[in-house]
Amino acid sequence: MNDLTPDRDERVANLKGMGCSRKRVEDVRFTQGKGNYVDDVKLPGMLHSDFVRSPYAHARIKSINIDAAMALDGVVAVLTAKDLEPLGLHWMPTLAGDKQMVLADGKVLFQGQEVAFVVAKDRYIAADAVELVEVEYEELPVIVDPFKSLESDVVLREDLDPTADGAHGPRKHHNHIFTWEVGDEKATNEVLDEAEVVAEDMFYYHRTHPCPLETCGSVASMDKVNGKLTLWGTFQAPHVVRTVASLLSGIEEHNIRVISPDIGGGFGNKVGVYPGYVCSIVASIVTGKPVKWIEDRMENLMSTAFARDYWMKGKISATKEGKITSVHCHVTADHGAFDACADPTKFPAGFMNICTGSYDIPVAYLGVDGVYTNKAPGGVSYRCSFRVTEAVYFIERMIEVLAIELNMDPAELRRINFIKKEQFPYKAALGWEYDSGDYHTAWDKALKAVDYDGLRAEQAQRVEDFKAGKTRKLMGIGLSFFTEIVGAGPVKNCDILGMGMFDSCEIRIHPTGSAIARLGTISQGQGHATTFAQILASEIGISADSITIEEGDTDTAPYGLGTYGSRSTPVAGAATAMAGRKIRAKAQMIAAYLLEVHDDDVEFDVDRFVVKGAPERFKTMKEIAYAAYNQAIPGVEPGLEAVSYYDPPNMTYPFGAYVCVMDIDVDTGVPDIRRFYALDDCGTRINPMVIEGQVHGGLTEALAVALGQEIAYDDMGNVKTGTLMDFFLPTAWETPNYETDYTVTPSPHHPIGAKGVGESPHVGGVPCFSNAVNDAFKAFGLRHTQMPHDHWRIWKTANGLGLHD
Amino acid sequence: MIPAKFEYYRPTDLAGVISILEEHGDDARVVAGGHSLIPMMKLRMADVPHLIDIQDVEGLSGISVSDGTVTIGAMTTQAELIDSADLTAAAPILREAALQIADPQVRYMGTIGGNVANGDPGNDMPGLMQCLDASFTLFGPDGERKVPARDFYEAAYMTEREDEEILTAISFAVPNGGYAYEKQKRKIGDYATAAAAVQLVMEGGNCTFASIAMTNLSDTPIWSEAAADALTGTSLDGAAVDAAVEAMLGDIDPTEDNRGPIEFKRHAAATILRRAIARAASRA
Ligand SMILES: Cc1cc2nc3c(=O)[nH]c(=O)nc-3n(C[C@H](O)[C@H](O)[C@H](O)COP(=O)(O)OP(=O)(O)OC[C@H]3O[C@@H](n4cnc5c(N)ncnc54)[C@H](O)[C@@H]3O)c2cc1C
Repeated sequence: MNDLTPDRDERVANLKGMGCSRKRVEDVRFTQGKGNYVDDVKLPGMLHSDFVRSPYAHARIKSINIDAAMALDGVVAVLTAKDLEPLGLHWMPTLAGDKQMVLADGKVLFQGQEVAFVVAKDRYIAADAVELVEVEYEELPVIVDPFKSLESDVVLREDLDPTADGAHGPRKHHNHIFTWEVGDEKATNEVLDEAEVVAEDMFYYHRTHPCPLETCGSVASMDKVNGKLTLWGTFQAPHVVRTVASLLSGIEEHNIRVISPDIGGGFGNKVGVYPGYVCSIVASIVTGKPVKWIEDRMENLMSTAFARDYWMKGKISATKEGKITSVHCHVTADHGAFDACADPTKFPAGFMNICTGSYDIPVAYLGVDGVYTNKAPGGVSYRCSFRVTEAVYFIERMIEVLAIELNMDPAELRRINFIKKEQFPYKAALGWEYDSGDYHTAWDKALKAVDYDGLRAEQAQRVEDFKAGKTRKLMGIGLSFFTEIVGAGPVKNCDILGMGMFDSCEIRIHPTGSAIARLGTISQGQGHATTFAQILASEIGISADSITIEEGDTDTAPYGLGTYGSRSTPVAGAATAMAGRKIRAKAQMIAAYLLEVHDDDVEFDVDRFVVKGAPERFKTMKEIAYAAYNQAIPGVEPGLEAVSYYDPPNMTYPFGAYVCVMDIDVDTGVPDIRRFYALDDCGTRINPMVIEGQVHGGLTEALAVALGQEIAYDDMGNVKTGTLMDFFLPTAWETPNYETDYTVTPSPHHPIGAKGVGESPHVGGVPCFSNAVNDAFKAFGLRHTQMPHDHWRIWKTANGLGLHD
Repeated sequence: MIPAKFEYYRPTDLAGVISILEEHGDDARVVAGGHSLIPMMKLRMADVPHLIDIQDVEGLSGISVSDGTVTIGAMTTQAELIDSADLTAAAPILREAALQIADPQVRYMGTIGGNVANGDPGNDMPGLMQCLDASFTLFGPDGERKVPARDFYEAAYMTEREDEEILTAISFAVPNGGYAYEKQKRKIGDYATAAAAVQLVMEGGNCTFASIAMTNLSDTPIWSEAAADALTGTSLDGAAVDAAVEAMLGDIDPTEDNRGPIEFKRHAAATILRRAIARAASRA
């Protein structure tokens, strides 16, 4: 007979499981400055490095003279492409099936490109030596416009056979990379030709950069005695890095240990492999010493993976009543000098084919042409799942333009076109199967919360006042309704470099009833150590406080594809639940044995197994764990461990409804965000506080992108926004107050119904801010104005509409 | 982002500073708060083989208001300007302007001397000092001399100060009337897209004195005498303000950069000046 205190509610509370706003366990060290980042790794005898980078966007390299640099006291080595060539490492494969120079091989193709790698006794000497490397360049014509690139005689990639197919099929021109087509163009055009109403426009989603607070870096340490290479680095996918490093270097995979320590933000920037990683490895092999490479802010902005840079030409058709009948989208995608997009292999434009959005559109077509230019390579999913940000921006702008064409309220236009609750699972025209959704409920809740009709009335009055000269401020109401596609992904169609995009969790329960769980993912600020422990707590009945979550060390963690594209909860979170269920199944057998009943006669209850109908007869998970190790149970192996590799059956489709109210000063172009309401439906909510934090962060990055954050080039290919003075990173001062809200529509195929939320606010936020700016000028005849909406561009829009006359 | 090698000096008196400046001329520079100079050194845009830290030099900081004159030591930080009740009572425009400079961290380090000596057209204090008709005290091998702020700036990073001289103090007469420092910027920590410093005296509904200076709209600060003249003797009616704005636009010469094209900057400058005049008038 057992004591029945504490009662059930208290036991649930003690568990700190699913649904609990548990404080982030990581924050104890982060808020005290005790995080351990790559630059905190310090090894005896460690050498430091720095890059010689190209000042030109396109130039031939006539010569490189390293003599003066080598003569500087403390310089150990200066590597150039010639040194890497014998190892076959002067070029490396990209995630997109292209290849990329590690160090400039004969020419440079973008400003900031890596030309030589200096290794020295300290970081200061390395920086001095960089200035002493003499590189003679011959400038070549620069192309920064993808449309011009496709017409230019200038061959950017002389290494490629212009007649041969690329990784994604035929190339049309020497600067063309691929054409990717989805949907039925003929049928779409037929509908467009016959349509009652057609709206079209060109939407440019400008080039920007994820700009994590911590820049990229690595420390490579080759132990020549045991032949083991240890590599610390800013890796969002440490296991993939290990496999790629092994394939490239020929070092067997068991001899490579990759460690992602604390990571100060990734947002897609740390998915790919950078020349610095490769060079630090080679330098460590060459020198026999650990070699550290850490880039500075300008290098990060200039040379590591950018995001977006999509020219999206769209057409949408509808009936006079506003029922959408088709969408046609053609993208000219500027990929820069090398195609280094981080997308699943079969998706050269990522999940851009989610561009029919949240609407029931019977027929659609998407065509994407990838193009080389003299800009940095990349094309990563900056806080989004593989181009879904572009897709949502496209459809959410398209629908606003259609609303103008129809002379219809854009909220109503959305409402009459939403996929209905009963249509899920919904097969979209461009191939995806949306798992679950209840868009109408979310939309109505959002519009009611902000008093949408009242806002429109206020706006109408404002327009009157403006015309009467009573005010110089216009009011914009930004709407967006987004559907994300996250959790890549099913191995049947998602892989990166051939590696299936499953993920994993391995759990060990210790004899005293606490646990460690290791995952194939890696947190960069998402709070995995907090939330994954909560999933497990609910699954196995051990308090989250007694569960350690560990990620990022390939010697200890199970293989996984890493953290990006909001995939951790949908994939690794599912693996965690499934592994937990294996633990629970074994625990049930042990409990039954200890309670001397049949397995089926016990049931799980919060933190224990109870004999059915006899609540006072139970064994807690603590007792079960102890018995698992220390009691010989016939037919049961000792120990309590489980591992699960989870291959998701489908993506998950989180969604949300956002509203932004903005006042715009037409004379200065300064926007003021008065209100921002964000309703997110991410299915089952694991930790509401962490969700709220993610929403705030994602919205702030959305604000940044919409209102000014860009990587801009001049005609010579010079980066104009290479420092944080010009590259907009909002602080608390620029950030408005956010009102968050939610509905819960669980994913039907995910073990706990969770969908992922980290990126939703970014995906939905960008069009919402942008729509608010556009909406403010709608009454004066504006259809569309391009982002980023910084002061001068807003001013120019107002000026173009004659508002300064 | 790593500066080239430099020698670091930390003298404790002015003579010590001057002797190092004399010895190394162009190769030596003083560092005050370092928040303009150090970034330039890290970008390797400024090459400073000999860096003289002047924070231990006696007598370079502090604010005094006496006999109708405000004197501010060169090493006084922007945070100290903001916190000084005496200064705020005497010349509240300094506090209003300083609060719009950079962010609190920068303001704890950045000094008024560094801000005005730097010669960066983006700095806010030079225009303000021209508006107030301040005078800069320079100390060099030949002793002390005073240069009016309105004569100090020659071009971007080029000032009247000789290489062997150091700025020790700034002084100006306690201003009368209404004031405003109006600044448009893209974000916190940004230099001005356009900024205007305005001081006005109104008597019986008439403007009897005006002074107007603009920031970051030319390669030096622009004290627009013509703009001020357009206001004096008027009731600040619409026509007078229009004329002042026109006159100001005739004096500035903005260039295109990431803050925007020239036509936008001119429009922003006009808007900012109108607002500054209106606010100053409301306080006059
Ligand atoms: C992120 C950021 C944002 C900023 N935003 C603004 C802004 O909005 N507005 C603005 O006005 N400023 C801004 N600044 C600059 C800041 O205010 C600087 O602190 C200030 O311009 C220079 O003061 P300092 O004491 O740091 O000078 P330092 O950097 O030490 O020196 C600047 C220059 O002046 C010279 N110098 C310094 N003191 C003397 C002296 N006593 N005699 C002779 N020469 C001297 C130095 O040799 C150097 O050439 C910003 C700075 C940063 C880092």
